[in-house]
Amino acid sequence: MEALFSITVGILTACSIYLILRGRSFPIVMGLTMLSYAVNLFLFSTGRLVLNQLPIIGNQAEYTDPLPQAFVLTAIVIGFAMTAYTIILAVRVRGELGTDEVNDPQAKDGEGNR
Amino acid sequence: MLSQHLVILPILIPLLAALLLLLPWGENPQPYRRAIGLTSCVALILVALALALKVQNGVHVYAVGGWQAPFGIVLVADKLAVLMVLLTALLALPVLWYACYGEDSIGSHFHALFQFQIMGIVGAFLTGDLFNLFVFFEVLLISSYALLMHGGGKSKLRSCLHYVMLNLLGSSLFLIALGIIYGITGTLNMADLAVKLSQLSQDDAAIARVGGLLLLIVFALKAALLPLYFWLPQAYATTTGTVAALFAIMTKVGVYAILRTFTLIFGEHAGASALLGYEWLWWLGLGTLAIGGIGIIGSRDLRLIIAYLVVVSVGTMLTTFSMNSETSITAVLYYLLHSTFITAALFLIVDVIAKQRGKTASRIVKGRRMAQHGLLSGMFFVAAIAVIGMPPFSGFIGKLFILEAARTGAQVALLWPLVLGTSFLVLVSLSRAGSRIFWHNFNGKVGDVRHAKGQLTAIFLLLAAVVSLTIFADGISHYIEHIAEDLRNPTAYIEASLGGVANHD
Repeated sequence: MEALFSITVGILTACSIYLILRGRSFPIVMGLTMLSYAVNLFLFSTGRLVLNQLPIIGNQAEYTDPLPQAFVLTAIVIGFAMTAYTIILAVRVRGELGTDEVNDPQAKDGEGNR
Repeated sequence: MLSQHLVILPILIPLLAALLLLLPWGENPQPYRRAIGLTSCVALILVALALALKVQNGVHVYAVGGWQAPFGIVLVADKLAVLMVLLTALLALPVLWYACYGEDSIGSHFHALFQFQIMGIVGAFLTGDLFNLFVFFEVLLISSYALLMHGGGKSKLRSCLHYVMLNLLGSSLFLIALGIIYGITGTLNMADLAVKLSQLSQDDAAIARVGGLLLLIVFALKAALLPLYFWLPQAYATTTGTVAALFAIMTKVGVYAILRTFTLIFGEHAGASALLGYEWLWWLGLGTLAIGGIGIIGSRDLRLIIAYLVVVSVGTMLTTFSMNSETSITAVLYYLLHSTFITAALFLIVDVIAKQRGKTASRIVKGRRMAQHGLLSGMFFVAAIAVIGMPPFSGFIGKLFILEAARTGAQVALLWPLVLGTSFLVLVSLSRAGSRIFWHNFNGKVGDVRHAKGQLTAIFLLLAAVVSLTIFADGISHYIEHIAEDLRNPTAYIEASLGGVANHD
């Protein structure tokens, strides 16, 4: 189970890094979203992987750590808001600048021209 | 009863103000919003002062919801945290005052975002829990994303996109770092971490070090250290003046996070992970100093120069911090206070200059005379002297502390030339910019944009803060020395955080 889990997290992270390194805003947003999935899975595993147990101490001998679940929940909520904002921003950039290139070497207001 | 909850008030005040500001205030909401925003800032200053008096006799811990550390989240007010809160409050009031003269109306929800931003910053200073630090970082980031876009415009879009994407990546890295640290130690309470980390076995400590270095990357991104600073100059140079002035504190949040975690958690007492990342900070800080100097001399826009000044100040602070002695931490803190006020003042001055010059804005080219030419040149002159680090202002004292903190030969050989060399570059480019903007004018019509005296008062307040840093340098440095001492011996902090009910008055 641990191997499968870590391979999943690893593949998700690798794909997201590939996407983030693309120069266009949409793949980057996809990459960031995918990275947040990978991170959430990773956070979940930090309490160690336990099957079919309650996150309550005292009822039974084995239990699963409740804290990582709370972390993941917080991270999901925050990540959701951030993704929404990035998508809107990417759409605005596409609409106002007419390109979805994240870095436009031909941009007139680039730092080199200031 | 109130004094018991004093520690959480700096977070609650801006939060409540922001929520109030979101209410519909009728046809003409701006006067109400300004009143609420300014009241909140004044209240924050008062509360910060009350807290400062309270922490004189020890660290104060507030267990949120009554759950004791390390199980619950605690807010910890020690002298450093309170000093940073006070600094934020003292910066926020003049900046908001300046914004109330019209700049708050060029986009929607400026006041609410401003308060949320303050809340995030203050929360990041006060929290004693790493995951809570992450949450407050996100609060301050999402408001900064929106504030950076305040007023709209094409030039802001791209730099904002860079800023947002980089910081989202940073947040993911932050979570990975937290996951690693939690997986190894089973806690994210800073004080508890400080205890647990020193007890780790060699193998576990290696993994914890990975987490620590990832944290360093995240904080370095916030603070804008060498390979991670590229977002800053464009973002600060294109956004509105008030937002840039408020953001003078943003890089300091990163510096504070480094100061806190790398003295408390990865400090000298951390066993196998002791003094993690100090070597990196030293070299990258020096690199940041050099690159910032080059950026300053290469800029053809006054706002870009100021933005690079932020980069230089970060390099200076983190290099000095990495020398790891009481004098060096004292120097960092004094310089931090100085550079926050002076950068904010400069951003506002340049904003006024750009508005009064009209089309040439803040570009360093020949332009028309400004309506308030004499006054502006005077303010720019004073601010420039302070930021270069020439006597008699606080920049000089700050640089003196920093040079004094270099002890060994290698430190002196690298730090002195770089700090002095960058100061020289700043001197050259600011005098070039000043003479071009203030002395090389067209003979024709004088600009007709005038700024209200009240609005300029905001800048005077910031400059007054710099002057009082100079006048009271002795007292302030004594106070900061105590903070440095506490940072290097965090036993009081740890005991107060983990002490449980006894310390929770």
